[in-house]
Amino acid sequence: MSASTLRIALVGNPNCGKTALFNQLTGGRQKVANYAGVTVERKEGRFTAPSGRVLQILDLPGTYSLEASSLDEQITRDVCAGNFPGEAMPDLIVCVADATNLRLHLRFVLEVKRLGRPVVLALNMMDTARQRGIVIDVLELQRRLGLPVVETVAVKRGGARGLIERVDGEVPTPASVQALDAASHADLHAQVRELLAATVSMPRTTAALDDALDRWALHPVFGLAILAVVMFLVFQAVYAAGKPMTDLIGDGFGWLGEQVAVMLPAGPLHSLVVDGLFGGLGAVFGFLPVILVLFLFILTLEESGYLPRAAFLLDRLMLSVGLTGRSFIPLLSSFACAIPGIMGTRSIQDPRDRLTTILIAPLMTCSARLPVYALLIGAFIPTRKVFGLFNLQGVVLFSLYLAGILGAMAVGWVMKHIRRDKSEHALLMELPSYRLPKVRDIAIGLYERGAIFMKRLTGVILGLTVLMWFISTFPSPPAGASGPAINYSFAGYIGRGLQYIFGPIGFNWQISLALIPAFAARETAVAALATVYLVGGQATGGLGHALAGQISLASALSLLVWFAYAPQCMSTLAVIRRETHSWRNVAISFGYMFAMAYAASFIVYQIARAMT
Amino acid sequence: MRLSELPRGAPAVVEGVHDVQAADPIAQRLRDLGFVEGEPVRVVATGPMGGDPILIQIGFTRFALRRAEAARVSVCVEVVA
Repeated sequence: MSASTLRIALVGNPNCGKTALFNQLTGGRQKVANYAGVTVERKEGRFTAPSGRVLQILDLPGTYSLEASSLDEQITRDVCAGNFPGEAMPDLIVCVADATNLRLHLRFVLEVKRLGRPVVLALNMMDTARQRGIVIDVLELQRRLGLPVVETVAVKRGGARGLIERVDGEVPTPASVQALDAASHADLHAQVRELLAATVSMPRTTAALDDALDRWALHPVFGLAILAVVMFLVFQAVYAAGKPMTDLIGDGFGWLGEQVAVMLPAGPLHSLVVDGLFGGLGAVFGFLPVILVLFLFILTLEESGYLPRAAFLLDRLMLSVGLTGRSFIPLLSSFACAIPGIMGTRSIQDPRDRLTTILIAPLMTCSARLPVYALLIGAFIPTRKVFGLFNLQGVVLFSLYLAGILGAMAVGWVMKHIRRDKSEHALLMELPSYRLPKVRDIAIGLYERGAIFMKRLTGVILGLTVLMWFISTFPSPPAGASGPAINYSFAGYIGRGLQYIFGPIGFNWQISLALIPAFAARETAVAALATVYLVGGQATGGLGHALAGQISLASALSLLVWFAYAPQCMSTLAVIRRETHSWRNVAISFGYMFAMAYAASFIVYQIARAMT
Repeated sequence: MRLSELPRGAPAVVEGVHDVQAADPIAQRLRDLGFVEGEPVRVVATGPMGGDPILIQIGFTRFALRRAEAARVSVCVEVVA
């Protein structure tokens, strides 16, 4: 037994469970979901096999063919062929196939076999296959393919044991290299048909459950109604379930701050800890439950297999605004955060569709904006029932999300009309089987998001909050000054300078100032406002109260609209640069959003001021 | 008959995929996905707006295709004996 490292690449059709298998093998926590194109990058992990050999596992994006048609598929093709920069050719390819979908997946297995590399076939989702009465003669399949075949259940503990034993043993001898030409494409299908006839028996071609659910989910009328209800419920639930917990945490931090306050001597340190840390950070931390509730819904939807159905229903609508049904999933993940959303666009083959999706993704209301919305809505919108059923605050929140979506549609429509290339776009999207979401996967997803939030909170948001406290506190007012101390601080001067720009849309100097750290991380706007008002001594009875007393309803509405459209955080712009390799796109993105936000806020402010 | 004209639920068999331009990538991808001669297909659902896209059952898999894509696939309706 050699103790050298064995490099193994996981390849296969989209959504066959490569990443679930990767997580199972390496103990990794990569995102899994039930739609094609979840993994768009190569991911690496390692573990030590029972023999003591170190196995290095590469998880690759799924692909239907080695003739790649999108960016993520190219990665897989290049790694398999040993052409990927900085990546040695894998010693062993594990080709993963969904046992319930062998007609499609075996074709790719045959294509991979022709590379002439050592290949092991993992028949995944064997549990589902058995439930559906699918019987596979594994030994016969192995004999006919000339490849070792193992059964796996990637989502069950120990479900990859057979695979580990196999890859830990002898590396199988590769088949001879065979180039693929036009005639052999038909050959592959003929071979698949022969293999299936000889080794697989299947009581019916589809899952009965899928047929029953799709009859409703894809119905022209009921399907759209179900989609609307699902989306609306998500936003109502975010408010109904998240808000009480947020209040509880806010109160807890307030109490904790008071306890600490009595122990510290008065002075700058007292002010930093009480106003900056407990006031500022506590205000942001309180929104963790709201964000987790939103993610609970997004992850559940992703796992269930419903999202590609929604994409199917909306494809025509999205086509009319220059997008594709495929844009739906990246755009939906942008509600969580635009960064994974923008990276997810790699599974869109058409470069024009991809660019449009990237440019409008930041208009989807990301979870970092929730704290700002929740704060302002809580302070200015009364809790009232509308139509005896919905909470008015929930309705306003829903409208803000809707404003983002409508804005995105308008931008998409404009882009569609200014671009010159009008050739055909393709959809070609696989709809997966429905699946009951796995509690473990969702728990991992929630944990990851919570961890990211806490990292931001203790990193960039903490840093910015301390900086905000510093510029709000220093320099101290000159002797004999009459106004509030904060007016003489750096913050006072910068804020008043910014007011020349933001005055016409109704922002006072405190808000104008808070927009700067918000550009680094949206949530910081809340912490920054809390700090500025606390240092200014105007935040007795909570930040919401302070705001309600200090700014008008018109300004609050204007600020809400500003956050719906404003140029998004620096990290988003950096990702746009990385994904499109162009500063021009960054400039376009920043420029159009600034103009749009300013115009929308100006209109809202002027109308609201005239009416109140 | 083209797959785009196939009525919902009617069982049919693929005859072939035609390139609408030289080296048509969409046609090639359709072939990779299993749209090859002799494969049974069925239209399972149609989109809510203008009946586009359409959902095709082929093999054990369901694919959403726009009508323009489905028009590349020619099919013949199965006569059930």
